[in-house]
Amino acid sequence: MTKGLATHWRLMPQRYNLIGTHCKNCKSKFFPQRKICPKCRRTGSIEEFKFSGKGEIYSYTTVCAPPQGFEYQAPYVLAIVKMKEGPFITAQIVDCKPEEIEIGKKVETVFRKVIADGSSGIIRYGYKFKLRD
Amino acid sequence: MSSKVGIIGVGMTKFGELWDRRYRDLIVDAGVDAIKDAGIEGNQIGGMYVGSMSPGLFAEQEHVSALVADYSGLAGIPATRVEAACASGGVALREAYLAVKSGEMDIVVAGGVEKMTDVPTGSAAVALMGAGDQEWEAFKGATFPSLYALMARRHMVEYGTTIEQISQVAVKSHDNASLNENAHYGFKVTLEQVMNSSMVADPLRILHCSGITDGAATVILASEEKAKELVDDPVWIKASALATDTIALHDRKSLSKTEATVLAARKAYKDAEIKPEDVDFAEVHDAFSIAEILAIEALDFCDFGEGGKLTQQGETALKGRIPINPSGGLKGKGHPVGATGIAQAIEAVLQIRGKAGDRQVKGAETGLIHNVGGSGATCVIHILSMEK
Repeated sequence: MTKGLATHWRLMPQRYNLIGTHCKNCKSKFFPQRKICPKCRRTGSIEEFKFSGKGEIYSYTTVCAPPQGFEYQAPYVLAIVKMKEGPFITAQIVDCKPEEIEIGKKVETVFRKVIADGSSGIIRYGYKFKLRD
Repeated sequence: MSSKVGIIGVGMTKFGELWDRRYRDLIVDAGVDAIKDAGIEGNQIGGMYVGSMSPGLFAEQEHVSALVADYSGLAGIPATRVEAACASGGVALREAYLAVKSGEMDIVVAGGVEKMTDVPTGSAAVALMGAGDQEWEAFKGATFPSLYALMARRHMVEYGTTIEQISQVAVKSHDNASLNENAHYGFKVTLEQVMNSSMVADPLRILHCSGITDGAATVILASEEKAKELVDDPVWIKASALATDTIALHDRKSLSKTEATVLAARKAYKDAEIKPEDVDFAEVHDAFSIAEILAIEALDFCDFGEGGKLTQQGETALKGRIPINPSGGLKGKGHPVGATGIAQAIEAVLQIRGKAGDRQVKGAETGLIHNVGGSGATCVIHILSMEK
């Protein structure tokens, strides 16, 4: 199903530039953004926070049976990355062979095409990760 | 307020690729069987809860609460659809339980249904992925098998769980399913077949994953007074517990411990006033083989990290210390998502009544049923027992 343009446009700061949020009260950091701090709730104070894009691999898999729209990328490595600032995120690891992936390896974000809405729809970009030298 | 709530009737369709039957046919067939089993009339029913995950995407039909009431010949009664992804059936059972427990209704139907094979497999996968976080998991190319693969990897690294142990879950599920005439995949598989089946999301292969299945299941709940009046062998719901966790897997405290199951289990054991060792058998949510290992650990049938060993030692087999998924589970019996939680209750009722045929667990008096939504963001647990 092709989604409306706004579904991507409103997430561009997060998907392009890793703009998450943090709670000024308890210092917790959130990516993706949260409007309510789960620890402080009403007493929390949320504002934007830019993440560095650096982190390490926490878990990974090679996706051999891809979902619709990802057919031409498979097999690809999907990982949960622990970011330097604390939160974990799900993303692909690119520019390496699956055999090179290990838990604990250092990674950093790269800006890539994620998925296209068919041949005439919009192209959605966002972060993926690559191994850090 | 009713002090006790009993299950007085059960009915389900065969699970499988049921090309000749529509969404509405499945749930009506299951419902009629349950009403007959309870020996009641339609006009005694006070209300209905229908668990269904995604009829809009699977069957282009929403508003199924009214649809099901209508086609059951019961238009007029209060009917509610319940959605909690793959836990829709279990949460529908809980809503029905609460309706009786509160005293609002005496006799209530809890049904679950999914018609998954009318859309191509790719579309079914899209519908199922709605149980995860669309913006931050699906958008990155995550699938459900891949989310469970991420959990499996951590479990293997943290505890030394092996792919043989994970595969043994599927072998055992199919062994049990071969004894269940309603199972979609009622055939045996060998460890070698599981371990050599095609890779879906490393380390999980196709035979570690539940399939795409049609089916419906229905149970009839009644207050203590009505249950005793209507049937000789009500099975009592001794506890109903529901817990949630973060929608995205990456936000969880741990990938190798399912927190929602831990929370729901704690409440269920407390309310039922039993300990894990008092449970004679359990139906758990093995949508992926690793999920059964995660479940039996979080349900405290063994220590964290010991689930793989428990399985490999045969302790979870039909004649083991704690038989898990005597029905064949989601893997062997099939997983028509909305129907699964109710079908688990039906297996528990049959086992407790002593009517489970060749797959009867010896001395099955108390059973636990465990139904999970998504990668673990919802967990609903019920404890059922013959003894009040």
